[in-house]
Amino acid sequence: MSVEPKVELGRRYQFAASHRLHTEKLSEEENAHVFGKCNNPYGHGHNYVLEISVSGAVDPETGMIANLADLDAFVDREVLEVMDHRSLNEDVEAFRDVVPTTENLCREIFRRLKKFPKAKLERVRIQETTNNSFEYSGDDAEGKR
Amino acid sequence: MVLITRKIEFSASHLYHNPKLSAEENRRIFGKCNNPHGHGHNYTLEVTVAGEPDPVTGMVLDLKELKDILEREVMQRMDHRFLNYEVKELAGQIPTCENIARVIWQLLEPKIAQGKLHRVRLYESPELFADCYRNGTRKTG
Repeated sequence: MSVEPKVELGRRYQFAASHRLHTEKLSEEENAHVFGKCNNPYGHGHNYVLEISVSGAVDPETGMIANLADLDAFVDREVLEVMDHRSLNEDVEAFRDVVPTTENLCREIFRRLKKFPKAKLERVRIQETTNNSFEYSGDDAEGKR
Repeated sequence: MVLITRKIEFSASHLYHNPKLSAEENRRIFGKCNNPHGHGHNYTLEVTVAGEPDPVTGMVLDLKELKDILEREVMQRMDHRFLNYEVKELAGQIPTCENIARVIWQLLEPKIAQGKLHRVRLYESPELFADCYRNGTRKTG
């Protein structure tokens, strides 16, 4: 029998949200230059695909790292209710002064989901479109558990 | 090091039921996955092997060989089977994505002669999957 592998559970969610890439730290011209059409004044939207991985011992009683109903409820409360069909700039406090790029969105969602009490969050991956995806696994400053 | 991934698909049925728990607890924990006659999925399995390409063949391993191993170890065992009743490696376990992926890792790991098994990813649906990595070498792959 080979050595026990490390097991992770992966789950995929979708939400739709709008954003505008713009920072007060740059001039209008610089914003337009850096962010291109993502700087258009009224914003635009994406169907985001959120993929998360959690790890932990597989409970021999249930065969599960975490009960999906618990995980889904947590993600629903922490992310989907906050961001789905919202403007990230206007409706999500974290993006009041932070540009809602998908890099920063990964970090914000990681920050929210790392509090999941029943398993360890390993990774957040977001597809902004089918051509762009971003991943974040936390870092020391994030205080990985 | 180079990673090489082969994908296969198989269909199987299962149900979640722990005989140590009451009928009510089984229902509460497992929900509709506890329905007594089971249900099925189209599973997608991605197997990733890590290694250095051979200087002569340019290959980490012969994909034909990996295909044969997957056919023998996974397809013949699990495809069009009822996982609870027909796969002895899962006997006494709840056949969740986590446990099936772990069993597949344990079946494949000793059989990969060239390169090393890096990751087993098993999709139960596009929205749910389990990953197995060599213990202590977790990497995004």
